Amino acid sequence: MTEETNQMTSALLYLDDVSVSFDGFKAINGLSLTIEKGEMRAIIGPNGAGKTTMMDIITGKTRPDTGDVLFEGKMDLTQHDETEIAQAGIGRKFQKPTVFESQTVRENLELALAGNRGVWASLFYRESEEEAAKIASILETVRLTHRANELASDLSHGQKQWLEIGMLLAQDPKLLLVDEPVAGMTDAETVETAKLLREISKTHSVIVVEHDMGFIRDLGVKVTVLAEGAVLAEGSLDHVSAHPDVIESYLGR
Amino acid sequence: MISAFLFRGLAGRIAWVAAAIALIGILVPLSNLFLTPEHALYVPDYIVSLFGKYLTYALLALTLDLVWGYCGILSLGHGAFFALGGYAMGMYLMRQIGSRGVYGDPILPDFMVFLNWKELPWYWYGFDQFWFAALMVLAVPGLLAFVFGWFAFRSRVTGVYLSIITQAMTYALLLAFFRNDMGFGGNNGLTDFKDILGYTLQEPSTRAGLFAAAAFALCLALIISSAIVRSKFGKVLLATRDAESRARFLGYRVEHVKLFVFTLSAMMAGIAGALYVPLVGIINPGEFAPANSIEVVIWTAVGGRGTLIGPIVGAITVNLGKSWFTAQFPEYWLFVLGGLFVAVTLFMPRGILGTLSDATGKLKSLGSGKATALVQDPADASELRKEGEAS
Ligand SMILES: Nc1ncnc2c1ncn2[C@@H]1O[C@H](COP(=O)(O)OP(=O)(O)O)[C@@H](O)[C@H]1O
Ligand SMILES: [Mg+2]
Repeated sequence: MTEETNQMTSALLYLDDVSVSFDGFKAINGLSLTIEKGEMRAIIGPNGAGKTTMMDIITGKTRPDTGDVLFEGKMDLTQHDETEIAQAGIGRKFQKPTVFESQTVRENLELALAGNRGVWASLFYRESEEEAAKIASILETVRLTHRANELASDLSHGQKQWLEIGMLLAQDPKLLLVDEPVAGMTDAETVETAKLLREISKTHSVIVVEHDMGFIRDLGVKVTVLAEGAVLAEGSLDHVSAHPDVIESYLGR
Repeated sequence: MISAFLFRGLAGRIAWVAAAIALIGILVPLSNLFLTPEHALYVPDYIVSLFGKYLTYALLALTLDLVWGYCGILSLGHGAFFALGGYAMGMYLMRQIGSRGVYGDPILPDFMVFLNWKELPWYWYGFDQFWFAALMVLAVPGLLAFVFGWFAFRSRVTGVYLSIITQAMTYALLLAFFRNDMGFGGNNGLTDFKDILGYTLQEPSTRAGLFAAAAFALCLALIISSAIVRSKFGKVLLATRDAESRARFLGYRVEHVKLFVFTLSAMMAGIAGALYVPLVGIINPGEFAPANSIEVVIWTAVGGRGTLIGPIVGAITVNLGKSWFTAQFPEYWLFVLGGLFVAVTLFMPRGILGTLSDATGKLKSLGSGKATALVQDPADASELRKEGEAS
């Protein structure tokens, strides 16, 4: 019992027996998951397994019917809305790249940059030199320096994915939720993205959802397999790939 | 801090337009008062009144642009804020009449005497003071917008549903102000004003002063709005307009963003109404008519939303057209207005100003040759990128 309490408080993110259903359909069904501080975790699973819904629950978009969701052992995420959860330090990249299309690449990063989000603070905001330098370095990291002053709508699909990762870097959250970051990317871009995420994981905790097995192998982290809204297997990629249930429900297809 | 903030609003073409409005605000009254009617540059009295009215419409359209063009809140009830500001001013003007009314009651306005009321309702207290009325011009529309927005934005009412409830709001006020027992003069509204701050309203010099005040208010509102949309808050407004839920996941409190800009916009609309009433000499419940609010949307769309200058241009052009048309073919105006809206939506979705700046943008890129065209083509741009990486 004490052990469990200890674990609850030391874990960065703790989901216990979480369920949610949409019109009677159980999208998440008794899901339990623990992410430690500094950990990067890959989540795989067939389409409709509930991966995106799990992120919706963690970020306050969807309220679970039952179960506990704790951040840093103390914040009950089911009792907070998207804004509060984002301010508490959980950032998110969407499955479909979602950037502010009518603003420039640089403005997108400025909006994401950590800082006071209040109305007055934004009205009288002046960018400091450190902030400008930080944006410049993020632009370098996500290779968008040469397009900094172009509208985000003019970027290619892959570049939008990278801009969104850049926005996560600017936001500098404690936990990053990254939903299918390499969808629609070329092989070269996929390799680069894995490199970038490994770099990011040195200083942040990360949850990555992906279908691309090569990409998951490149990440080289612990894998959780989700199916029908619950955890099917957990461990190294080789370990879970050998798991008979996993082969049947996912890899075998 | 405030002056540095406002200074930022004076960037680019906003500075020129603000200067032009200020100049008109000075030169038109001077010409009207000091030139003889024979002079080529003389501006006659009726033009001063008519264009003064247009300036207040332009201000109203500008306030709508701030919420619709920049934050995506299509308010179909902005006429209500305008009318409330107008009523606050009308109540002051009413009490200035004093014993010069038909019934000669020193305190009660004529319509109250007519209704056999014995004393002034409490909500008419204080309106004999200009400062109090001026405060109410801001506070009443501001408070209504705040309370309305508080509930609507917190419940995440957006899009068509929000537009419909703003329309319902102005319609409810229309019905309320029509009632005699509300104490705002029923369907006759407030009229027969005599003077403002001691100046006779019929005097050309008073009208010229009101014109100057309207131009000054429009100029200031333009600079403030421009400073707002150029600040980081302006970027948050666009983010809210384009991807509200994304903005939430970045940690922005979207409902506060909307509430702030909606309330500020309503207060500025109240000022427009307050300047309108002494210029036209009457305020009645008709100003709450849902169609009025829709007209403001049309002015803004025609001029070009999300440009600040466009709505000013749109309000003045459409109303010039309206004045001419209603004189020539009064029965066709509504059809023309509806047709104009459809035509603009279909063929000029960015309005007069947006279309103009598209055209000048194209001219410029033609002038600077192939370089711009290259960057605009994504395939070529990725070529450029590879070159950049190689070097
Ligand atoms: N808001 C919603 N309303 C109804 N059904 C939903 C909703 N969100 C997700 N679902 C359903 O839940 C299931 C899991 O979806 P999702 O989490 O997107 O899967 P994944 O991301 O693993 O592909 C799907 O069957 C989907 O149709
Ligand atoms: Mg998904």
